[in-house]
Formats: sequence, C-alpha cells, structure tokens
Amino acid sequence: MKDSLYLAWRYLVYHRIKTAILITSITLIVFLPVGLRVLVSQSADQLTTRAEATPLIVGAKGSPLELVLNSLYFESDVPALMKYSEVARIDMTRMAQAIPLYVRFRARGHPIVGTTIEYFEFRGLEVVRGTNLTMLGDCVLGARVAEALGVEPGGAVISSPENVFDITGVYPLKMRVAGILGFSDSPDDHAVFVDIKTTWIIEGAGHGHQDLSRSEAVGSVLSRDSATIVANAAVVQYNEITPDNIDSFHFHGDLGDNNLTAIIAVPSDQRSEALLRGRYESADDMSQVVPPITVMDELLDTILTVQSYVIVAVVVVGMSTLATAALVFILSLKLRQREIQTMIRIGGSRGSIGSIVVSEIVVVLSTSVILAMGLTFITSRFGSAAIRALIL
Amino acid sequence: MKARHALISAVVLVVLAHLISCARDVSQDDSSGGTTDTPPTVYTVNYPLQYFAERIGAGLVKAEFPVPVNVDPAFWMPDPEAISSYQLADLIVLNGATYAKWIDKVSLPESRLVFTSDAFDDELISIEGAVTHTHGPGGEHSHEGTAFTTWLDPTLAIRQADAIRQAFAVEWPDQATEFQAGFASLEHDLMQLDRRLQQTVAPNGDTPLLASHPVYQYLARKYRLNLRSVQWEPDEAPSASMWRDLRAMLRDQPARWMLWEDTPLPETARQLRELGVEPVVFNQCGNRPPDGDYLSVMLENVMRLEAVFGGS
Repeated sequence: MKDSLYLAWRYLVYHRIKTAILITSITLIVFLPVGLRVLVSQSADQLTTRAEATPLIVGAKGSPLELVLNSLYFESDVPALMKYSEVARIDMTRMAQAIPLYVRFRARGHPIVGTTIEYFEFRGLEVVRGTNLTMLGDCVLGARVAEALGVEPGGAVISSPENVFDITGVYPLKMRVAGILGFSDSPDDHAVFVDIKTTWIIEGAGHGHQDLSRSEAVGSVLSRDSATIVANAAVVQYNEITPDNIDSFHFHGDLGDNNLTAIIAVPSDQRSEALLRGRYESADDMSQVVPPITVMDELLDTILTVQSYVIVAVVVVGMSTLATAALVFILSLKLRQREIQTMIRIGGSRGSIGSIVVSEIVVVLSTSVILAMGLTFITSRFGSAAIRALIL
Repeated sequence: MKARHALISAVVLVVLAHLISCARDVSQDDSSGGTTDTPPTVYTVNYPLQYFAERIGAGLVKAEFPVPVNVDPAFWMPDPEAISSYQLADLIVLNGATYAKWIDKVSLPESRLVFTSDAFDDELISIEGAVTHTHGPGGEHSHEGTAFTTWLDPTLAIRQADAIRQAFAVEWPDQATEFQAGFASLEHDLMQLDRRLQQTVAPNGDTPLLASHPVYQYLARKYRLNLRSVQWEPDEAPSASMWRDLRAMLRDQPARWMLWEDTPLPETARQLRELGVEPVVFNQCGNRPPDGDYLSVMLENVMRLEAVFGGS
C-alpha cells in the first residue's frame, strides 16, 4: 500500500500541471455551493441582528427598504425627508422613545449620522477615547472611521459638499472630534456621529455669522432702519463652531420644521408597539412606520430565492466538471497503457497497478476537499468583514 | 463502604453548593440595594425650578442646579463637564420661553427634557423692539426672544410646578402620591403668594412704575401694573444719555418708584432720588439667593411692594 501511494504521489508530482488543474477545478466546485451558503447565512445574520435590535422605524412614505437600509446601515439613497416635529408626535403618545436620525451628508466618504445622545445608549455604544457629543459642531467617530482618517479627539473632520458644482449648496462644516467609539462590529464603526442640530447647520437651516449691527459688517449691509438690517451675500458665515462664535449660531423658524430621514421608535412594550403602529395606519398620514425585521426578511427571501438558483447552477456545473475529471482520468489511463504494460512485465500485479491508479484519484480528491474546507473556514472567519466592506 | 463514602461526598457537595449560592445572592442583594438607595437626579436650568423640583420631589428626587451663584442662569454657558452632568441626569427640567439659550447649542438627551412652560406656550410674551435682519435665502428673521421670567407670576409658577409633577409621576410612577403631596403643598404656598400680591397691588393698581430691566413682564401682566422698563444694570453707572432717556420717560410715566433686580449703586440711587424716584428691589430670584429660598425672597419682594402701593 505504501509503495502504491509512493508511486501515485510521484506520478502526480511529475504531472504537476495536470494535477494542479484537476485539484483547482474540483476544489472550486466543492467550495462554491458550500461557501455561498455560508456567505448568505452570515449576510442574513448581519442584516437580521441589527434589524431585530431595532423595533420600529418611522419615516416619510416611500420605499420601506430604502428607509431601513439608510437608517440601519447608513447606506442606500437618502429616503424621502420628514419633519422633526414627528419626534414630538411620538413623544406625546408616551408609547415609545423617539430617536431622530438624519443620514444625508458625508465626511470624506463616511456617512454623517445626525442623532441625539440616546442613540448611543440604545445601540450600547461607548466612547473609549475623549468625550461624548457636548457642543454644537462636535462629532464622535466610529472605530473604523478613526482608523481610516487617523484622527484623534481634538482633531477635526470636514463635511463634504453634496455637489461640487452647486456653489449655493451646503457649506462644508469643520467639526471638532470629541471622542472615538469602541469597536462594535456594526455599521456604527463606519459612521461619523453628530448632534441632530449640527446636521441642520451643515444643511444650512442654522448658521452663525458676524454681528450685522457692528461696524466690521458695514460692507455686508444693504440697508438698515430702526428694526431691520438687510445684508448681502458677502456677510461672513462661520464654517467652524468655536467657543468664541457659538453664540452667533442660530436657527431660523421653528426647529420642528427641520428635516430628518427617520426616527427609531423604541416602544415601552408590545401593546404600545401595536398601538403606535395603528396610529400610522391612516392612508392620509404622510409618515409610515415599519418594523425593520419584516423588511429585511422580505429582502432575505429574495436573496435566498436567488441563492437557490445559483446553487442549482453550481451543482450542474459541478457535475459536468466531475464528468470532465473522470474523462481526464480515463484518457490518462489510455495514454498510460505502455507504462502499465511495463509495470506488468517487471512483475507488477493487476491489483497493485489498480491500487496505484485509485491512490492517485484519492489523493487528488482528498486534497481538493481539504482545500475546499480551508476556503470555507476562511469564508466563515472573514466573510462578515467582506460582506460589510462589499455590500453594506 | 464505597457507597456510603459516595453518599457523604454528595451531601457535602450539595451543602457547599447551596452555601456558595446563598453567599452570591447576598452579595447581589447588597449591590442592588446600593443602587436603589441612590435617589434619581434631575437637573434644572434656574433656581426657581430647582426649588419646585425639590418641594415636589419630597426627598425622593435630588434636584441639582449647577450654575455658579454670581452668574445669571439665563445667559450662562455651561462647560463640557457641566454638560456631561446634564446628560447623565434622569430628567432635565427646562423653563422654556427661550430661557437658557445654551440648550440649543449643546447635545442633551431629548427624551429626558421637561419643558415646563409648554402648557401655556400661547400665553408667553414676545419681547418687542428687537432688531430684525435679512440675508441669504432664509428671508427676514429676527434674534428677538420671549420674556422668560415666567415664575414671577405665581399662577404660571404653579403650572410649571405641575409640569414637573407630571414628569416625575411618569418617570417614577410608584412615588406619584408623594409627588402629588409635595406639589399640593407648593401650590398652596404659591396661591398664598398670589393672594398677597393681589392684596398689595389692589389699593393703587394704576401707580406708575419704572423697572431697571425688562424682566417683570409676567408680573406686570398678572397684576396689571403700570410699568415701563429701561435697560440698566444694578452694578453699572448709567451713562448721561441713559439719564436723559429716563428724564424723557418720566414726562410720560411720572413714576415715583423703580423696581430693581438688585440694590443699585449708591450714586445711581442718589441721582434717582434727586429725580423723585425711589429704588425698590424686586429680586427675580433666577439664581440661588444668599439667604432663604424662592418663597422667602418672593415674600420679601411683596413686603417691599407694600411700601410702593401703600398696602397693609
């Protein structure tokens, strides 16, 4: 047996290119359906874990999937906007805690999440360096953002303009980094968190500018009477909030009229959840309430259906690959007739020769299966990171 | 013999396991007891609200007011440490009426904010004469505010106290009865204060008055005071133009009394007396008084007003 294995091994090493092609094709055909299953299962876990931890999302009527993906993963297009006064509407019911979200702007490619400090308590996020949000213009960075930007507390991050060609659009705001969050293995690691009011300043709904009643501002004043000062566009607006100019920052109109992308509603119990959902059932209501888990389950059903088709295709391709591999072995035997005859002439029995051929096949198959198992392990170990990097 | 050894070992093991479990229970009880002994904490933005919260909380709630004594809480800006303290509070009691504008410039837990003047939002008084300006796409706007010394009208103070009671009862429903008792006692005191103010003002309600600062709007509206304000500070000497404006105002408003938030400078008081105007301190009590409490300060204010209106 040992001799047969040795001869089989020498044969495979001698025909290393043919052996490598066979092992690669069989490895891939074993790995693909299993690996795909592992990836889909991990994706499903990733998606559902965060969705399960988020009881309800309230947003403007529109695509529920867009609303949920934007609110949970800070990706996808910006959903239809709603008014901040909706938070007061939920608070008034006393059925749920309302956590506002405004996920529209970005800072060097990372989503800026405007919210209140209840969000950190709700997600169990902790500041590991620096402090939590305190002042207008502060930001707290997710662990991965801090790594990627190489910024520490006391540093600064600048919001990106939405459109470089829109000179009347949002001004970049330089935000002070107040703290860095601990690693949470979630989309929060990739986000820049600011107070909801700071996002309104980025948007232009609030601003700080030089005091128009002072002599330095005379060049910016178009007209002035006892009650009204009209300024032109040259009035100096601040693009950074500092202790010296924070008093000049203000919002125009009612804060309740400012924009949000969503509200996370955390009901106090199941009855409150049912009652709250009932309040948004009216067709006239401009808002909708969605349980994220339901939306994500629907998305996963679609993914699983596609996965089934892919697996069937992979199995068919696998069968043809195995048939080709079998053909390779049979043709190989035909080509090796002279070699086999030589082995018989020097005293090799038919059994020994058969054992050598079987050993070759077993070594190729075993190596392929072991490699496929290795790939599956790597997928299960690093799949979640890859999913977040590529999909979420 | 072997079976007996095994039985004894088993009994000893069960007893040990039970003892360990009991010890763990006791230590857990100790730790949870320590937590429940700590009363919940509420932070307020001015002293009257702290006083109301303390009275309503009846020792079950710790009311904190971290503003330094010599600072006007309406225009205070907290440092990051103070903001962190507010963020950690179980409830943050706000005056509303644009009081303490710093709350719009910091990050506070929205769900724990209690706006005590929401119930009478439509009764708040807008400050007139603020400069309006226009620039950019936002259209015309103004930085004018709302009169915020709501607690100087005892009936509004009662409604603010009731908002605190309601918030406490929602947050800690088990102590709702105690909070109701604390509120009832406070309400009684504030109603008595209201009655005394009415009795004081009633004999000569039309008496023309001046105020050194525009902070008495709610007091004036409630008791129909004939009051006009200038913008003077007790610790600053008025300029010549301010005296000129005052003399002009006295022609329309022949007042013999001027309400001050605090005792004015002696020179200011002397010049006022030369004009026939006597300074009278009516402390708005926005910050903690050096002596007494909100109620005693208000009662002292009433006693000083009795001299003005010639009451008992």
